[in-house]
Amino acid sequence: MDVIRTEGLTKHYSTGFWRPRPYAALQDLTFTVGQGEVFGFLGPNGAGKTTTLKLLMQLIFPTAGRAEILGRPVGDLGVRKRIGYLAENPYFYDNLTAEELLQYFARLFGYSASDCRRKASQLLDDVGIGAERRFQLRKFSKGMVQRVGIAQALVNDPELVFLDEPMSGLDPIGRREVRELILRLRDRGCTVFFSSHVLSDAEALCSRVAIVVKGRLVANGSIDELTAFRAQGWELVVSGMSDDVLKRTQAGVSTVTSLGGGRFALELPLTTPPERIIPELVKSGASIVSLNPVRATLEDFFIAQVRAAKDDRTLGNDVVNKRAAS
Amino acid sequence: MRAIAIVAAGVFRDSIRERIAYGLVFFALLIMAASFLLAQLTAGQDVKIIKDLGLAASSVIGLFIAIFFGISLVTKEVERRSIYGLLSKPVTRSQFVIGKYLGLAVTLVINVAVMAAALYVVLAYFEWSTPGKAKEAWEAAAIDPALIKAFALIAVELLVITAVALFLSTFSSPFLSVALTVAVYIIGHFGDDLKHLDNIVESKALATVGRGVYYVMPNLARLDVKSAVVHAVPVSATHMFFSTLSALLYVAVLLTASTLVFARRDLK
Repeated sequence: MDVIRTEGLTKHYSTGFWRPRPYAALQDLTFTVGQGEVFGFLGPNGAGKTTTLKLLMQLIFPTAGRAEILGRPVGDLGVRKRIGYLAENPYFYDNLTAEELLQYFARLFGYSASDCRRKASQLLDDVGIGAERRFQLRKFSKGMVQRVGIAQALVNDPELVFLDEPMSGLDPIGRREVRELILRLRDRGCTVFFSSHVLSDAEALCSRVAIVVKGRLVANGSIDELTAFRAQGWELVVSGMSDDVLKRTQAGVSTVTSLGGGRFALELPLTTPPERIIPELVKSGASIVSLNPVRATLEDFFIAQVRAAKDDRTLGNDVVNKRAAS
Repeated sequence: MRAIAIVAAGVFRDSIRERIAYGLVFFALLIMAASFLLAQLTAGQDVKIIKDLGLAASSVIGLFIAIFFGISLVTKEVERRSIYGLLSKPVTRSQFVIGKYLGLAVTLVINVAVMAAALYVVLAYFEWSTPGKAKEAWEAAAIDPALIKAFALIAVELLVITAVALFLSTFSSPFLSVALTVAVYIIGHFGDDLKHLDNIVESKALATVGRGVYYVMPNLARLDVKSAVVHAVPVSATHMFFSTLSALLYVAVLLTASTLVFARRDLK
């Protein structure tokens, strides 16, 4: 079941004071997110990630297209009871303590006073806010506000949580804790939609990703799907290979690297399928230690997509030029 | 209603911790205390001076709080993006606007009540310390219950000004909102003059514009009974009732307009 569905979602802004020109922050965005997925929404700065999240939270309104969350139109009050949202660089009320803020938000979901206190305490424990929870938020560092922001997004035990740059401002320990938190959410069946330009986080956490560049969706799929077609060959590690065999096999191998201890790493190009070379090696007495595809990382894929989009003059945020070109 | 009450309680809690609000109320209390000293210098007019200054200080300080806090209710939330967290919860934009307004309204009413109580304390001490003969020159008793009417209408006026500030801030910049709210306050105090502008000017067009402005602007002059109370002129219950009713209707219209404007606004 799709928990998020967008169709042709488009957002134009007017820029310029004397001669306002439409600027396309988002163009014709169509994608779905399935239940229980950890979905990474990736893109360089200014790609339209936050705009998409704001449209899904109905903080801004689309110029065209539509979006549904949990089968209902965005903005449906019933849906809000079932989702959580962390804004990019969140900011909360300076004069409230972390504890009070969470209790305040929990009350909006109809929890009793004792449940609000219990939830606030539990969530602040989960995000690593200790005695500081009784300090006013004006005294919090950026990273601590980010932790409080994550806690408030989970105050209603959401089925679906939107996190806009959740790792922003966090130290390495905080980043690891948030990664673990996202995995715990996934394990309990919560769908996580998070935007980021930190690709290592996406690679470690996401079952599926979408990449937006200049307001347009340029890729969408599982990390395996997106990077598999860019497989560059195979890495075969063998041991017990004689010099004769080594010489014979070198013909179809790109590189041979000695790993020490009689082990060699053979890099096979795509033109040399491993099933052709492995039987020969085994027959000559060598042992196969491992076989792995040599693939592009998500980072390689991401950079290739962004560069391609930047080179593509038909992609761009300038609506006027685009209309004139068409 | 529950969401509105929770948002209002949040505003109240936030605003009672604003040091600037305490500073302003303290300043009003200081003026009241100072008026006591000033009164010592003016024979016969002493109690009037204390009442005049006390009511004026309450009104002006309340006006400051109403304008600046009223405008920041929405603009601060939008500029600092704290609204994102709140609107992602089960709260509609109209509940947000009304809750914010009510939270500040409660704060303002409490502020006015504190200033009223302070003025009564000053007046009680003045009465206690004034010889019986000197009291005979007073037009009204020092501890005059009619003062409550003046304070009540000050509070109603502040509710109107807060609604004006909130409405303007839903679509204009903070600076422009302050300027326009102050303009509404000033024009609102000349309501009757605007209505009868044809008695002063010859231009029919100008008189018509004046009448038009009169019908659009709140009639704040009707809510100003400070002078009447100080000079022991009776303020009827009918006047209190209809002035309050028309002011509250004006507030209701402004809140409706604010929610309609805010409902479709992009929170960039």
